[in-house]
Amino acid sequence: MLWYTGKRILQMIPVFFGATFLIYFMVFSLPGDPIAALYGDRPPAPGVIEVIRAEYNLDKPFIVQYFLYIIGLFQGDFGTTYSGRPVSDVMAQAFPITARLAILALLFEAVAGILIGLIAGLRKGKLFDASALVVSLLLISVPTFVVGFVLQLVFGVQLGWARTTVSGDAPWGELVLPAIVLASVSFAYIVRLTRASVSDNLSADFVRTATAKGLSRNRVVRVHVLRNSLVPVVTFLGVDLGALMVGAIVTEGIFNINGVGGTVYRAVTLGEGPTVVSFIAVMVIIFVIANLLVDLLYAALDPRIRYAK
Amino acid sequence: MSQPITETVSSREDPSEEPLLQIRDLQVGFETQRGMVPAVRGVDLTLYVGQTLAIVGESGSGKTTTAQSIIDLLPGTGKVTGGQILFEGRDLTTLSAREIQAVRGNEIGYVPQDPMSNLNPVWNIGFQVEEAIKANNIAQGKDARLRTIQVLQEAGLSDAADRLKQYPHQFSGGMRQRVLIGIGLSSRPKLLIADEPTSALDVTVQRQILDHLATLTRDYGTSVLFITHDLGLAAERAEQLVVMYQGKVVESGPSQEILANPMHPYTQRLVAAAPSLASRRIQSVRHRDPEKAQIFSEGSLDDALIARAAERESAAPATDLISVQNVSKLYRIRKQGFKHDDLLAVNDVSFGVQRGTTTAIVGESGSGKSTVAKLILQLEGITSGKIEFDGQDVAALKGPELLKFRRRVQPVFQDPYGSLDPQYSVGNTIAEPLLAHKVGTAKERQARVRELLDQVSLPSATRYRYPSELSGGQRQRIAIARALALKPDVLVLDEAVSALDVLVQGQILNLLTELQTELGLTYLFITHDLAVVRLVADNVCVMQKGKIVEAATTDEVFDNPRELYTQELLAAIPGGDFEFGR
Repeated sequence: MLWYTGKRILQMIPVFFGATFLIYFMVFSLPGDPIAALYGDRPPAPGVIEVIRAEYNLDKPFIVQYFLYIIGLFQGDFGTTYSGRPVSDVMAQAFPITARLAILALLFEAVAGILIGLIAGLRKGKLFDASALVVSLLLISVPTFVVGFVLQLVFGVQLGWARTTVSGDAPWGELVLPAIVLASVSFAYIVRLTRASVSDNLSADFVRTATAKGLSRNRVVRVHVLRNSLVPVVTFLGVDLGALMVGAIVTEGIFNINGVGGTVYRAVTLGEGPTVVSFIAVMVIIFVIANLLVDLLYAALDPRIRYAK
Repeated sequence: MSQPITETVSSREDPSEEPLLQIRDLQVGFETQRGMVPAVRGVDLTLYVGQTLAIVGESGSGKTTTAQSIIDLLPGTGKVTGGQILFEGRDLTTLSAREIQAVRGNEIGYVPQDPMSNLNPVWNIGFQVEEAIKANNIAQGKDARLRTIQVLQEAGLSDAADRLKQYPHQFSGGMRQRVLIGIGLSSRPKLLIADEPTSALDVTVQRQILDHLATLTRDYGTSVLFITHDLGLAAERAEQLVVMYQGKVVESGPSQEILANPMHPYTQRLVAAAPSLASRRIQSVRHRDPEKAQIFSEGSLDDALIARAAERESAAPATDLISVQNVSKLYRIRKQGFKHDDLLAVNDVSFGVQRGTTTAIVGESGSGKSTVAKLILQLEGITSGKIEFDGQDVAALKGPELLKFRRRVQPVFQDPYGSLDPQYSVGNTIAEPLLAHKVGTAKERQARVRELLDQVSLPSATRYRYPSELSGGQRQRIAIARALALKPDVLVLDEAVSALDVLVQGQILNLLTELQTELGLTYLFITHDLAVVRLVADNVCVMQKGKIVEAATTDEVFDNPRELYTQELLAAIPGGDFEFGR
């Protein structure tokens, strides 16, 4: 297991360089001059643009820019935005907010999704099951922003249970409603995945044998159905963590949250290479670590999976 | 003083006093969208304390459904719709969920059919046994752990204490079945329901496990309800027999009596189709006569046999069509890092197969018999030695020559469910080899498909159907038709009838024998079932651990087995020495 974990962590190195290089290249290839764009319609004094370009190494060839950026990165310097703010500052502000949002969303979809999926699977064909299927289908097919606006209207405006917009430092409590909106699609998938998995396992031979042993229904479901059904769900949750970070752009827009999604979006439109790449690099690392955790959890849930090498 | 003692003894010993289990007019149905479909239609049976009763029937006869309804284990929409199940006088069908839960495991134990799928793969063995012990309140805490070890040791796992933390996938099929028997008997139930407890196992393992089960149940005084499709097993293991057909009991009574003198036509067919050591090689007559092509054990067809043998002698020179010379196959099994283990799957094997004969290769799983088949089919390369087919070295064949060889040697595999493409219609499946070898026009191929379907006794309309709509026997017929499409000389039949019910098995064996007579085919028959060998083979090679330990004609092997291993295999066949009535 240690071997396996070590190997997986070593694998992160090429993934890290590959991802940052690709993103840097793509931002570099975007049409338009970001510095000129800073000044809008009023062109600056001649020579100013050249000075700024030199300051940001934009006058050097692409590959040199990339290496200078990477060297800075290893010295703890994430670069500066074109407005002069250190990128590390921007990250320190945006990441905790998005992390809180993603954790709440992940918790919600895991707990509520598995619970409702389990009940639906146990009562296959009954009213609860049918409603769960209809609701999940609805959540999958309706765009997130529609769900967001509806919940905002119902809980924020009419019932007054939550704030319609989130304040600048985004405390946990205010993020609950956005987290539910963010998780809604994944929640629907988890309900369906758990339901299918539970109803498959219910007709498994070992479940019948467990019943024949004289175990209570409760124990059969808890011990023999649920754990076996969680394996595919856990895989989905791991992949979803990455999606939650990316998918947050829309939700952050609806609730006016100053998180990663919005920041990356603005940086892309401004052509700010270092900002975009720094954010993406951190997200790639989070994604890879999440996948590693899922694989380890996978082995813990199913003893047939052992990572020998 | 002696009076009360005799009284208790007599009330226990005299079966007419108190039946342990009495099923009266049991009706079970499955709810479907088209209404209730009956699966069990009026079953009566009575089981006394200490007795063993077997329910025999083909798949779909309702035997498993009957057993499952006793402790309310019916799957999905199954429901008892009528009748009574009296267990010690209490009607189990009227109990609440909580009450039946107290009966399960505690008073009625259950040993399921397939050891591979009946243990939860994600929990260790110790946990799954201990759970049963705790649930039935046999012991708690530390005592439960000790009891777990004891139960597993009694079930025949001597190193149980060291293996509690292991998972099911680390156990062999036989060991898992022992674990399941241990679970079933863990609380010393009064009744044990054993649903085909050994049908997934090798004959030798089957014998050990059944012997062990018999000892345990005798020691504990447990009554056993056996569910089986194997008549030999029923005759050997149970005093009482209940024969089920299409959801009804067609015959019941003492086993030996029923098998020696079956009254109901279905029982007679079942008995006739059961391969046993007492039966002889099936002989099919040259002119097609469906009456006589039935399986016979009498010598009425000996004339045909002699005629055929004479014909063969005069017609073909005694050279081998297939000649296997000192063939070995080495597998490298990768282990951690760069280390590997060598496994000699086939070790210096030599034999020959004459044209128009059937050679059977027999052995337990892991004996290398299927590997031999793969080597002959050129699906795997040989490590050393030589295989000649019609005088040609098979290993040297390349390109068009190899293609020609493949046309002449065709395989039929074990699993009729897995070896047909579900997306292909039957017609396309049979025509595929013709297409691959570019034989004939589309029209000619269609004609050939109809001809082949006729040869395997299926209506020609079958070609529009899909595998999922057909039964196991029909699918195996289609697999045979596909193999015959290219008019091969040799069929390699790898456990081709092992997955089938006795009746269907009998039909397929008949078909194979007929086709052999008609088309002059040569068969290489790979099987673990010695009783089947007796019915179809001219020569037998017995394999053990990659080597051929005995090779002779079928009669020699069965009448005078030289090797100890062959004797063990023969002795392990259930009901092997039992004379079936005809």
